[in-house]
Amino acid sequence: MFNKKCLALSLALILTLGVLFSFTGQAGAFFGWFSSSDDAEQGYVQVRGSDTMVNIGQALAEAFMEQSEHEISVTGGGSGTGVAALINNEVDIANVSRDMTDSEVEQAAANGVDVYRGVIAMDGLAVVVNENNPVQDLTFDEIGAIYRGEITNWAELGGPDMEISLYGRQSNSGTFVYFRENVLDGDYCDTKNQMNGNAQIVEGVRADRSAIGYVGIGYATEGGQERSGLGVVNVAVDSNSEYASPLVPENVATGAYPLARPLNNYFNGQPTGAVLEFIEFIVSEEGQNVAVEAGFYPVSPEFQSVNDELLN
Amino acid sequence: MKSSKISRKDEIAKIKEKMIELFFFANGVLAIVVLIGIFYLLLSEGLPTFREVSIKEFLTSTRWNPVSYSNPEYGIVGMIVSTLMVTFGSLILSVPLGIACAAYLAEVAKPKEREILKPIIEMLASIPSVVIGFLGIVMVGPMIARIFNLSNGLNAINGSILLGVMALPTIISISEDAISSVPEEYKQASLALGTNSWHTLIKVTLPAALSGITAAVMLGMGRAIGETMAVLMATGNAPAFPKSFFGSIRTLTATIAIELGEVPYNTTHYYSLFAVGAVLFVMTFMINLVSDIVLHKYGEGEN
Repeated sequence: MFNKKCLALSLALILTLGVLFSFTGQAGAFFGWFSSSDDAEQGYVQVRGSDTMVNIGQALAEAFMEQSEHEISVTGGGSGTGVAALINNEVDIANVSRDMTDSEVEQAAANGVDVYRGVIAMDGLAVVVNENNPVQDLTFDEIGAIYRGEITNWAELGGPDMEISLYGRQSNSGTFVYFRENVLDGDYCDTKNQMNGNAQIVEGVRADRSAIGYVGIGYATEGGQERSGLGVVNVAVDSNSEYASPLVPENVATGAYPLARPLNNYFNGQPTGAVLEFIEFIVSEEGQNVAVEAGFYPVSPEFQSVNDELLN
Repeated sequence: MKSSKISRKDEIAKIKEKMIELFFFANGVLAIVVLIGIFYLLLSEGLPTFREVSIKEFLTSTRWNPVSYSNPEYGIVGMIVSTLMVTFGSLILSVPLGIACAAYLAEVAKPKEREILKPIIEMLASIPSVVIGFLGIVMVGPMIARIFNLSNGLNAINGSILLGVMALPTIISISEDAISSVPEEYKQASLALGTNSWHTLIKVTLPAALSGITAAVMLGMGRAIGETMAVLMATGNAPAFPKSFFGSIRTLTATIAIELGEVPYNTTHYYSLFAVGAVLFVMTFMINLVSDIVLHKYGEGEN
């Protein structure tokens, strides 16, 4: 009886406090009691962000934890979520599959967060269609027109006469932003299905004969091959340049594949302690092998300089 | 001496009584304070939206694209219609099924059957909504696509089916209680007049239990309108104005869930999501109000 009363009382107290804090607009402070980002000192590293990078991040964390006492936890939610968490100093590392914008870096600085960047692997952002779709090659212009809603039928692209169904990500996704900046140069057509993650796009495209989608290369492949049910499109910048496939590692390493992009880690300040050990492991040969096993590609020479700058 | 002891004891008991009374009163007030707090928060964070977006645009425009490349737009009509579509779609599926199931459990099933069936049906309520959403993607969606010959099954029908399944346990459980509590005399009187049991069920038992059944439907509706994860996963979330039940839709809840995680604080986009929350709050409030009025009306009718 006494215990129940205690429980009820403390619940009431917590709720009242919650309301009070909400009133004063300090909800962050209230919830902040339950989490703290000072844990990195004790070897507990929190990584949050890109859905594209969750699998590779987890693979790297597991490999790292096998040989270290540090604990790494990797969660997804989208690059935007990771950036927001870094700005609010809630995480040690933000996984971001695009580049942080200037205004985001400024916001972080205003919060006392000094942003440093590292590159953990390369992605050849894959444009995928259903395996039954005969369309194999697309240019930037064509993909952009499809996603802007200007091309609505596969017949216009030499395919069968069926309406195109669009699959893409939600606005919290770095891939959503990267794709829009680099391919669309405009807004997504509002009939695009906004899926919750790469895996859902893959499932959607496999089940839908008229689908087109975009996912990180690690989600489009299985053991280096196209995942069954998917067709990975060869992409060219325009009709005069050559079509390149993201399935060929050289195309991503040299940048011949036009949607090759770095997968970024952003830190608050120069990495130290457990975070430093983790990033050193990632850029080591062993770490890069783990990245390749997860379906992505090693950091290309162009971006190794970013890591050299970070670690020296 | 003795009497003063008793009176002191009495006094202590009285104070104790008062304290307990006060405690329960405080609990009652707390619920109201929390409610007001939530509403205040929604309003105080939501209202700044209208410094930059006109209320007319917010409530009448069908285009929602706050992260637009060039021209952000804040119109929630499409999302309100989407929400209502899946909610009523789910009710069309779950109400007949739920009431039929409840009537079977209460009137037809043998006690042993009921003992097995009822807990199993209630277990349906404990399936996490992400799991149901996942089934929507990999199972219900492809099935709908095949049956209606569509390219994909991420549409309002999919969402309605999932929400219907989620509302079922609520509707069945509460309707069954309502039907069971109809006095035995009503049925016996009806049977004594020479009707069969089907007629008794339809004409006597169900109408007598109507207030409870209405409450069950309203609670099921509340569950459906506020559900986030399952519809978020299974309906495609295309922000276009819904054309039909066979098209992709995007509900109010899904919009908040998708966008709140990454939105920069204190921007119009951030405020607008709270305004969307306030609209959702008002919608559920109206449903509860209507169900309350209906309940009272039928309650009076019985006397």
